[in-house]
Amino acid sequence: MKKIKWVVPTFYIIFLMLPIYWLLNMSFKSTTEIINVYSLWPQDFTLDNYKTIFTDSTWYMGYVNSITYTVFNTIISVSAALPAAYAFSRYKFLGDKHLFFWLLTNRMAPPAVFALPFFQFYSSVNLFDTHIAIALSHCLFNIPLAVWILEGFMSSVPKELDETAYVDGYSFPKFFFKIFIPTIAAGIGITMFFCFMFSWVELLLAKTLTATIAKPIAAIMTRTSSTSGYELGLLAAAGSLTILPGAVVIYFVRNYIAKGFAMGRV
Amino acid sequence: MNKTSNQKAWFFVIPVFALVAFNAVVPLMTVVNYSFQETFGSNVFQWEGTRWFKEILHSERFHSSLGRQFIFTFIILLIQLPLGIAIALTMPKKGWGVPVCLILMSMPLLIPWNVVGAMWNIFALPDIGFLGNSLNSLGFDYNFTQQSGDAWFTTILMDVWHWTSLVVLLSYAGLNSIQPAYYQAAEIDGAGRWDIFRYIELPKMKKVLTLAILLRFMDSFMIYTEPFVLTGGGPGNATNFLSLDLVKMALGQFDLGPAAAMSLIYFLIVLLMCWVFYSLMMKDEGRT
Repeated sequence: MKKIKWVVPTFYIIFLMLPIYWLLNMSFKSTTEIINVYSLWPQDFTLDNYKTIFTDSTWYMGYVNSITYTVFNTIISVSAALPAAYAFSRYKFLGDKHLFFWLLTNRMAPPAVFALPFFQFYSSVNLFDTHIAIALSHCLFNIPLAVWILEGFMSSVPKELDETAYVDGYSFPKFFFKIFIPTIAAGIGITMFFCFMFSWVELLLAKTLTATIAKPIAAIMTRTSSTSGYELGLLAAAGSLTILPGAVVIYFVRNYIAKGFAMGRV
Repeated sequence: MNKTSNQKAWFFVIPVFALVAFNAVVPLMTVVNYSFQETFGSNVFQWEGTRWFKEILHSERFHSSLGRQFIFTFIILLIQLPLGIAIALTMPKKGWGVPVCLILMSMPLLIPWNVVGAMWNIFALPDIGFLGNSLNSLGFDYNFTQQSGDAWFTTILMDVWHWTSLVVLLSYAGLNSIQPAYYQAAEIDGAGRWDIFRYIELPKMKKVLTLAILLRFMDSFMIYTEPFVLTGGGPGNATNFLSLDLVKMALGQFDLGPAAAMSLIYFLIVLLMCWVFYSLMMKDEGRT
């Protein structure tokens, strides 16, 4: 029984890794080899695709742009969500339940609905094609999510913690930053992870709101199909590189994921 | 937790409220505005009343893309929930296997959505893709760019690949929160594996599972980028889901009025479904 248990997760992980392996495999082949030879590993191993990406600024700036607006968004979302989540978890106030649901509805809004009005709106306030525009527009779904997750973490901290701190003569800001935030550090970690994740993977809005300066890597990738045919090797290399930041973030929060999820909305 | 009543808490909420309102209210009002008007190129608008709403609600095109959307979401939930729970149950509970599983399983969640689409496109191509080539050499006649059945199969497999891990992570967290005392009690009572699952694990996972259903429903109902890159809605209209159809109408054909009306109807459907889930969830929270 103990042995058999390993089978399911193992097969699942193999299933998950197969397409990723295929992408990596292709990224080390030249486009002619991809089209002409079917092979499970590169016959004629080449790093040319990666070389193109790291030497051409239109390519590598895409990564810089994507990471920039993702980091902006994570910082804005989490710092705005922290006090709000505290209010929702500790206090009753006029319209709190409605406000909470209204926030959630924005997480539910299909980005396709907002694509066109966002384009017009951000153009009219002169923010079109800037990193901050994408960071702000991603707040639409990341802030509700951040409030939601943080509220779960904060509610699992007993209220006695607050009260004891006040008895000990802590002022509210001092308590919030010195005691409360360290207590829910795991929760903040997991929230940042989710904000990063959803901002990193979103493309529709990021693509709609940019032209050249702040264009995300994912949008630049669509270029490979238009210029000089379909450069599969380059596309595969660019795709493989988009996996990296995610892998790094997961590595950093790996201890938080297990702990954090368990503490969160359970 | 019993909360104190405090109106000053609003000050804490103001930044969030302002940021989200900035992003949600103005664009949403733009959509509402368009949905009642006809546009003729540069800023000429004409009041059309509810004409677009009536047209959309009676249009064959909307009905079929809505139908496809519901079938897709239903199949996704039907596959991903049981599969996710099964994987979470069989995952190692401690030791080096835990971080390895968690890291590898989270990988698909952190890949940009169009890369997921492109990756699956390459993976499933009948001649040079591993999946397509293997299926064809096994004797299946597989070509997702030409046969609608294959296109559906590939899109669903891609979504299972992409999102099952979310259900796994949530269920795993739910399972981890169960005190060992419950299992000891079950052992003393001589409960079988199924009884443990049915009477201990499932009720304890109820909250995370509701959350998983809510998230999976919302995201699969709004799916756009992955099928756009993978199949582009084709072959024909076979995988033309609701948001694909919407973007085609709004940005492709620039039919702002009908597209806006469709957006609103779309949004209302999502809202209604989520309100149902949300009230179910809150009801549970009130009880415990």
